[in-house]
Amino acid sequence: MCGTCGCEENAMHDHDDGHTHDHEGAHTHSHGNDHGHDHSPHDDKRLKIERAVLAKNDGYASFNRGFFAGRGIFAVNLLSSPGSGKTTLLERAIGDLARDMAVSVIEGDLATDRDAARIRAAGAPVVQINTGAVCHLDAHTVGHALEDLAPARGSVLFIENVGNLVCPAMFDLGEHERIVLFAVTEGEDKPIKYPHMFARASLVLLTKVDLLPHLSFDVESALGFAREVNPRAEVLRVSARTGAGMTELYDWLRKRSEPVLGGVR
Amino acid sequence: MHELGLTMEIVEIAVERAQGRSVKKLRVEVGKLAAVVPDSLRFCFDLCAKGTVLEGAELVLDWVPGRARCGSCGADVFLKVPYGQCTCGHSDLTLLSGHELIVADMEVV
Repeated sequence: MCGTCGCEENAMHDHDDGHTHDHEGAHTHSHGNDHGHDHSPHDDKRLKIERAVLAKNDGYASFNRGFFAGRGIFAVNLLSSPGSGKTTLLERAIGDLARDMAVSVIEGDLATDRDAARIRAAGAPVVQINTGAVCHLDAHTVGHALEDLAPARGSVLFIENVGNLVCPAMFDLGEHERIVLFAVTEGEDKPIKYPHMFARASLVLLTKVDLLPHLSFDVESALGFAREVNPRAEVLRVSARTGAGMTELYDWLRKRSEPVLGGVR
Repeated sequence: MHELGLTMEIVEIAVERAQGRSVKKLRVEVGKLAAVVPDSLRFCFDLCAKGTVLEGAELVLDWVPGRARCGSCGADVFLKVPYGQCTCGHSDLTLLSGHELIVADMEVV
């Protein structure tokens, strides 16, 4: 319905002279009885759009989802602030999972391919995306990275997003799961300070727990904040340095990836 | 600052729809939980609109409330942040609205 005059768009209506017709938007026309008139002059000044701003990104995300589904690839979006240990976690996981599952990685950073070099050294195929000034990965860029990476059928793909607890939350990449990391060096209240990110996570990883003896970080309070923002998310405590909690993380990955990878094996 | 990218998208959508006509007013619906800063959006809009048919257009932001349904008692809960608690005490909420970011309509000259 038109918000200005209340008319139904394209609606049939009656004229005084007894004829009816279908209006396709607003237009000027002549009637058989020699009078001409302009229908709702404001109509052609007011244009309906009704388009989601993220529609384009979401379209590319659907395309990526199709790519993953067609090849039986399980995709995980890794999110955190800079320095929470995403790359270190991946280095460890690549080594530990080498016999278990094929792993490849898409790295997102504003600049440099330093993270890609670390992942390559750890033994996994990797493609680095440099976003320049852009603070997040989008589905379109990831789609092109997928063409370059060509992940194996039945493999696990980690997409390490740009270190940022705000913007990447909005952008669907077509992933199956979102893992949000936060380190014990960051402060217990990260989840309630950056709720958008934590609210959409399926797993929250409390990282660098080997440092706990040196800090006054209150684990229970941190976990409480995470549960407050997202009661559905699972929470694990890990240390990529000592390996603590990593088995639980791998179990979680096996369980979640089974419906995707199971069909390929 | 993802608002810059979002605004570029908004301007692109509106320019395409305007088909060369000058735009007076553009209305965008923004969910309360969409993680968008309105001032940032306005700042970026003036920047992105420059040199297009949207230059000088008024940007109207209509807020869509954050609404969720309680998984325990079924009541509707209004939210200002993307989490919260129902009056019944449960926090198992399913979001119904508040994440919108929609270019709704516009007025052309």
